[in-house]
Amino acid sequence: MTRLVGRDLRVAGVVQGVGFRPYVHRLASRLRLSGLVGNDVGGVFIEIEGEPELVAEFLSALPRDAPARARIDRVQVTERPPRGLLGFRITTSRTGGPRATLVPADIGTCADCLRELFHPADRRYRYPFVNCAHCGPRYTIVRGVPYDRARTTMARFPMCAACAAEYSDPANRRFHAEPTCCADCGPRLLLGAAVNPLREAVARLHDGQVVAIKGLGGFHLAVLAAHPSAAATLRNRKHRPDKPFAVMAADLRQASTLCSVDELGARSLTDARRPIVLLPRLADAPVADAVAPNTNELGVMLPYTPLHHLLLHEVGEPIVLTSGNLSDEPIAHRHARSLAGVADAVLTHDRPIRAPVDDSVVRAGQVLRRARGYAPEPLVLPVRSARPVLACGAELKNTFCLVRDEHAFLSPHIGDLTDHETYTSFTKCVERFRRLFGITPRVVAHDLHPDYRSTRYAAELPGVELVGVQHHHAHVASCLAENGETGPVIGVVFDGTGYGPDGTIWGGEFLVADLTGYRRIGHLRQVPLPGGAAAIRQPWRMAAAYLPDVDLPVVHRNAWNPVVALARNGVNAPLTSSAGRLFDAAAALLDVRDVITYEGQAAIELEQRADPSTSDSYSAGTDGLVLHGEDLLRALVADRQAGVDVAVIAARFHNGLAAAVVACCAAAREETGLAAVALSGGVFQNALLLRRTAEGLRRGGFRVLTHRLVPPNDGGISLGQAAVAASRNR
Amino acid sequence: LAHGAGGKATRTLVDALFLEAFRNPRLEPLGDAAELEIGCSRLALTTDSFVVTPLFFPGGDIGHLAVNGTVNDLAVSGARPLYLTAGFILEEGLPVADLVRITESMRAAADAAGITIVTGDTKVVQRGKGDGCYVNTAGIGVVEHAWRLGMDGVRPGDAVIVSGPIGDHGVTIMLARGDLGIEAENLVSDTAPLHDVVDALLLATPGVRIMRDATRGGVATVLNEIARAANVAVVVDEDAVPVRQEVRGAAELLGIDPLYVACEGRFVAVVDAAEADRAIDVLRDHPLGAHAAVIGRVAADPAGLVLLKTGFGGTRICDVLVGDPLPRIC
Ligand SMILES: [Fe+3]
Ligand SMILES: [Mg+2]
Ligand SMILES: [Zn+2]
Ligand SMILES: [Zn+2]
Repeated sequence: MTRLVGRDLRVAGVVQGVGFRPYVHRLASRLRLSGLVGNDVGGVFIEIEGEPELVAEFLSALPRDAPARARIDRVQVTERPPRGLLGFRITTSRTGGPRATLVPADIGTCADCLRELFHPADRRYRYPFVNCAHCGPRYTIVRGVPYDRARTTMARFPMCAACAAEYSDPANRRFHAEPTCCADCGPRLLLGAAVNPLREAVARLHDGQVVAIKGLGGFHLAVLAAHPSAAATLRNRKHRPDKPFAVMAADLRQASTLCSVDELGARSLTDARRPIVLLPRLADAPVADAVAPNTNELGVMLPYTPLHHLLLHEVGEPIVLTSGNLSDEPIAHRHARSLAGVADAVLTHDRPIRAPVDDSVVRAGQVLRRARGYAPEPLVLPVRSARPVLACGAELKNTFCLVRDEHAFLSPHIGDLTDHETYTSFTKCVERFRRLFGITPRVVAHDLHPDYRSTRYAAELPGVELVGVQHHHAHVASCLAENGETGPVIGVVFDGTGYGPDGTIWGGEFLVADLTGYRRIGHLRQVPLPGGAAAIRQPWRMAAAYLPDVDLPVVHRNAWNPVVALARNGVNAPLTSSAGRLFDAAAALLDVRDVITYEGQAAIELEQRADPSTSDSYSAGTDGLVLHGEDLLRALVADRQAGVDVAVIAARFHNGLAAAVVACCAAAREETGLAAVALSGGVFQNALLLRRTAEGLRRGGFRVLTHRLVPPNDGGISLGQAAVAASRNR
Repeated sequence: LAHGAGGKATRTLVDALFLEAFRNPRLEPLGDAAELEIGCSRLALTTDSFVVTPLFFPGGDIGHLAVNGTVNDLAVSGARPLYLTAGFILEEGLPVADLVRITESMRAAADAAGITIVTGDTKVVQRGKGDGCYVNTAGIGVVEHAWRLGMDGVRPGDAVIVSGPIGDHGVTIMLARGDLGIEAENLVSDTAPLHDVVDALLLATPGVRIMRDATRGGVATVLNEIARAANVAVVVDEDAVPVRQEVRGAAELLGIDPLYVACEGRFVAVVDAAEADRAIDVLRDHPLGAHAAVIGRVAADPAGLVLLKTGFGGTRICDVLVGDPLPRIC
C-alpha cells in the first residue's frame, strides 16, 4: 500500500456562492481523496488526504476546472501528516478570524434553472424564485460572512425535505446552493389580494398601468414599452422629463426587434451579470416616444430573475423597467410605500432585500454604471496598501471604495449625495462594506471640493489620516488601476467639473500622472461659467460665455445679454476649463439642446446627432498645451450659417476635438518622453469621441489606456482615490 | 486669508481663532449680542462692521446697513436698542458729498429705530487701502422681557418662521455691482430696523425659542447654525419659503439660491408649534412681517443637518457652503 499524504489548503478570492464547495467535493470524490471543505471568513479551507499522485492531480486541477463564476486569487498549501480521515464532506462554516472572503455578486438565472422554470413536469415549474449553486441572488441577500443560508435573508425559509435532500446531495446542482427553495418552502409572490399575482400584474400592464415589481436589488417600475401613453404617465409621476428609461426584452430575439444587436451587444446582453446595454435603436422599434426621447439609442436588458422570465413570457412584449424611485432618490428596496403615488399596483414577494442595488449599464464594452452583477466583487490594484483605505468618491454618481492589501472593494453605484435619502444609503452602505469585509479604514481619501458631501463625511471621521486627491488625478488613477498599471502616463481627463487646486473649475485636463502624484501640463482654454451651476443646467449659457457676439437664433435671447454681462464682469462666473461645457456650447449653438434635465444630456444628444461616416474635422489652435476650444465653435457656427447639415457639423466638431487632443498629446510626448495616454472622465463616455481619439493616438504611435470595468465618469473616482491613497501607503 | 463669504470658512475662522483666544462664558454662545448683567439691569451689547460695494444701492446705503444691522442684532437678542457708537474708516478721496449722504441716512435710520448715536471715531486710510468707506457700529440695549432666548430651548416639533420674503438685499447688491443691464425697478434692499416687529412677536408669543437675523450667508446659514448649536434637524419646505417673484427671477439669472443670499431686514424665529399660528398673525399685522411664513419645522433627526423638501418630493441636504459656491455637478 502506498504511503498517504495530507495537505491543508486555503483558497482566497470569489469562492463563496459560486458552487465552489460542491465543485471541490466532486473533484475530491472523483480522485478518491478523503477530507473536507468549508467556508470561513477567509474564503474556503480544504483538507485532503490520499495517494501522492492523486493529491498532486487535485492541486493542479483545482484552479483549472473551477466554476466559471469563481475567481481564485490565492491558494495556500501546507503539508501535514495524514490523520486517516474517512470520505469527503462539506463541513459547517466557521466564523471569526480575519476576513478576506469576497462576497459574490448576484447572478442571472442559469440555463438549467430556466429549463426547469418552463418544464411542466419539473417540481419548480413556474416557480418565480428558482435558483441553484450557479445562479441567483447573492450580494443583495447577504447579511454577513461567511456566505451561507443562515447569514442571508433566506434564513427565514426553512428548507422542505425535497430541497434539503438536493442541498446535501453532492451530485446535485443545488448541493450547498444557499438560497435554494421551491414553492413548498420558499418565498411567495404577492399583488394585493390577487389570487394569481403574476396574471394580475400582466393584465394591469396590458391595461396601460404602472406596476412596481420587486426585483433583486429593489423595486422597478414597469409599463408596456409600446403602450401609447403609459410611459408618459410614468414620466409625469416620477418627475423625470427626459432621461431615457430602460427596456427589458424576453430574449435576444425580442431584443433584436428593438435594437441592432451586434456580436459585442449580444455578448453584453447575455452576460450573467445582466446589465442594461445601450444599443442603437431600430427605426421601427415598437417603443413609445416617451420611453427614450431625443436619442436613437435604447437601454435594453434581458430577464435576470425567474420572475422576470415568467413576466416577460406572459406579457409577450418588451416592458419598460426603471428604478423604483423619484428622480435622484435611491431605489426603494424594503417596501413600496414611497411609490404609492407612482405605481398603480405592486408585485412583490416576501424574500427581503438586504442591500439595495441598481441595474448596471454598459455601452460599447464600457461599464457606465457599475452596480448589480459587478458589486461587490473586488478589483485588484497594481499596488498593495500597507494600511486599510476608505475612498469616499465624488458627489454625483457616487461610489466609494474600501481597500485591504491589493483588493479594492468598489461599492455599487450610489448616486447623488446631495439627496438626503441617497446620502443615508451611502453611509449605510459604507458600514455594510466595512462589516462584510472586516475592514477598519486607517486612511481616508476624498475629493478636494470642500462642499462635496463625501468630503464632509471624510472630514468628520475620527482618528483617520485624510488624503485629499484632486478630482482629475483620481480619474487618471482609476484608469491606471483598472488597467493594472502605475504610470506615469499622459492623462487626458475630460469631464464636466472638478475642483482645481487653483480655485478654478477644471474639466479639460492634460496631466502627467502616476498613482502617487500628478502635474498639470495643459488644459482647455478657460471660459467663465456664467451663473455657476445654472450654466450647467442651461447649456445655452455656455454658448454665451464662449461666443458672446454670435449671430445665431439661439433661444433665451432675452437673457443672453445679462448672461454675457455676468461672464464679462465675473459675477458668479468662476473660470472653467471643462470639456463638458465645450460640448454644451456646441449643442446649444447647433440648437440641439439648450436646457438639460439630466446630467450630460446635451453632450449625449450631440453625439447622437453626429454622422459617424463624416471624417473631416475642424481645427483648433493651441498655445503651448492650452487647447482653444472656441476655434471649434467658431468653425461650427460658420458651417451652420452656411447651411451645412447638423449631422456633419456635429461629427466635424467631435473629429476636431479628437484631433486637437492627439496634437496636444504629441506635444506632451515631446516634453515628457511619455508615449502612453490614459483617457478618462465622463466626456469619454462619448463613444465617437473616444473612438476618434484612441484611433488617432494609436496611429500616432501611442499606447492608449481606456476604461472597461470601471466607469470613466465620477463612478470611477473612488477607485482612483483609493489607488492614490494605496500608492502613497505602500 | 480667504474667509469672508459668511459661510463655513468664516465660521471656522471664528471658532478656531477668536473663540479660542477670547474664550469666556459670555462669548461662548456666539449669539448676535452678548447679554450682560450690570446692577439689576440686563443689557445686551453687540458690534458689527460694514463693508459693502457699492456704498449706495437701491433701497439703502452703507449708513442704513450700519445702523439697522446693529439694531437688528440687539432686537433678535430680545433687547430694546438704546445707544449706538459709530466708527468710520474713510479712504482718501471719498467725495465729501458721499460722506454727507451716509451720515444723513445714519441719522434717519437711528431716528426711525429710536436709538441715539452717542459716540464715534474716524480714521482716514491712504487711497487704495479701502473701498471708500467702512463703518463700524456698536450698540447697547436693555432686555426687558422675562424669558430667556437660547439654542437650548429649541426642540423637535418647533415651527421655523421667516419674517418676510428673502433675498431682496443680496440680489439687489449683486445687480447693483454687476452692471448687468438687468431691468429691475422693483428690486430694492430689504434693509430695515426689526426691533418693533420683534417686540410685537415677543409680547404676543412667549413660546419664541430663538431669533436670528438672516444676514451674511442668508437663511440657509442661520438654519445650519440652529441645527448645529441645538443639535437638531431643521426640515424646510421649499415651496413655503417666501421669495418675491422679481427676486426669484433675478436669482435664477444670476445662478444664486435665495436661501443663501443676505437679507438686512428679515429674521428667522423658532417658535413653539402651538404658537406658530399666533406668531404668524402677529407678524403679518406689522408692515415688516406682512409676508411672514412658517417655512419648516425642527426634527430630532438627522441632528445637525438642514433638509430641504423640494416640490418633487425629494429631500436635499442644505449645507453651509465652505467658500464661494463652486458647482458640484460633474
Ligand atoms: Fe469627473
Ligand atoms: Mg450682525
Ligand atoms: Zn441556476
Ligand atoms: Zn422546498
